Amino acid sequence: MNQIVATMAGNVWKIVVSVGEKIEEGQDVVILESMKMEIPIAAEASGVVKEIHVQEGDFVNEGDILLELE
Amino acid sequence: MFKKVLVANRGEIAARVIRTCRRLGIQTVAIYSEADAASLHVKWADEAYLIGKPRVSESYLNIEKIIEIAKTTKAEAIHPGYGLLSENPAFARRCEEEGIVFIGPNADVIAKMGSKIESRKTMAEAGVPIVPGISFPLQNVEEAMSTAATIGYPIMLKASAGGGGIGMQIVHNEEELRKAFEGNQKRATSFFGDGAMYLEKYIQNPRHIEVQLLADRHGNYVYLWERECSIQRRHQKVIEEAPSLFLDEQTRKKMGETAIQAAKYIGYTNAGTIEFLVDEQKNFYFLEMNTRLQVEHPVTEEITGLDLVEEQLRVAAGEKLGYSQEHIQRRGHAIEVRIYAEDPKTFFPSPGAITAFQLPEGEHIRNETAVQSGMVVTPFYDPMIAKLIVKGENRKEAIDRMLQALDSYQIEGIKTNIPMLKEVLTHPAFQAGHTTTDFVNRHLSNISIKK
Repeated sequence: MNQIVATMAGNVWKIVVSVGEKIEEGQDVVILESMKMEIPIAAEASGVVKEIHVQEGDFVNEGDILLELE
Repeated sequence: MFKKVLVANRGEIAARVIRTCRRLGIQTVAIYSEADAASLHVKWADEAYLIGKPRVSESYLNIEKIIEIAKTTKAEAIHPGYGLLSENPAFARRCEEEGIVFIGPNADVIAKMGSKIESRKTMAEAGVPIVPGISFPLQNVEEAMSTAATIGYPIMLKASAGGGGIGMQIVHNEEELRKAFEGNQKRATSFFGDGAMYLEKYIQNPRHIEVQLLADRHGNYVYLWERECSIQRRHQKVIEEAPSLFLDEQTRKKMGETAIQAAKYIGYTNAGTIEFLVDEQKNFYFLEMNTRLQVEHPVTEEITGLDLVEEQLRVAAGEKLGYSQEHIQRRGHAIEVRIYAEDPKTFFPSPGAITAFQLPEGEHIRNETAVQSGMVVTPFYDPMIAKLIVKGENRKEAIDRMLQALDSYQIEGIKTNIPMLKEVLTHPAFQAGHTTTDFVNRHLSNISIKK
């Protein structure tokens, strides 16, 4: 199992994957918006999206879990 | 002159406006969000009011709340700073309706210059050179392709409502255009609620040079020379200087006079800036007009000896400009760097707590900031946390002084772009004046911008 965490504080602008989707290492999964910039968050490993912990519009802190892969 | 002014902004620019008001004996009212309670702009103001939660949509963009505070505190005028509501015609109109002076041009002028398509059309009518392109939004991707074929690649594709580099892309061929058009149109619609797209010829190796102007309400206009703002990252300015090494006297005069011609045509009042793209042959083309104070206005102040905020206040209060064009001085060379809370290699933001903060000091050094040691840089606003401005007798002296000042700029706890600024300033190409807008990507090592 693999967790994808926010690399910085910001708003969740877009979630670009859905539960059950197979994703590749390096693929963007969530786009955060911080300091007026879009910050793509990429998966560090390949896997299937098991659970998404955030919703679009949520505020997250650095280190918060965005989603889990399996 | 006004007795009391509300400053509808935050951070360094609010603090900077308040400083001039205090010097002129004008009372100031600050507004702040929950995230900005510790900001210097709140401390420096005579009165300060909490207006809402950190997000700008719930605080600094709340027009009715700001109007209400202005009325309650009996502020006669509102200074909008830059960004936020500064170029929002609805806000300017609400001020007008309430009998509050909006320190800037009137709402119609703001609206006209705020649309890239409309402003281009207006400037063409005013006889200002514009980049070959179209003055109407593209219907669809097919029209984009046929128009691009007529103008010739490379093409710059732009969202009409875009800004700060968002919604712009260079495309080199049909395939790139097809991809970019659909993606960018979708993004523009979701970002700005307006998917209108247009395109124009991409000028190779351009410089971004802008002309500062001032206009009073009695038909007097002056230009305060130019600022060279070509050093950019993510299409946002990083280093600005005045004057521009690239312009000769003849071009400088022609650009200044063209800016005045444009301002007269639209009945402009207050401080404004016309941005031009300048090609390698020193042809210049209208890019956009900023109907407000610019971030980089201090370099103009340093070489002219004028305080632009004071001039804005005087013009808004109905005073005449106290000088004409031949009285505008141009002395020495000034450089400004923007200190961004960001990773110097990837340019990604770096919010966090500032654990140590010590500014450089000296006769030729000017600091603009609203942060202090112990404060937290939040993810809610622009990453620019400070500006550093130096002046020298000439460009070389200004560069040397800037490098010295940056060496003693102490900021800990967050990442900043200071290493990148030093890399630019020490680069032989910068020192030789090869300042084109692609400088950062072309000359800097190890830059890793993720697209």
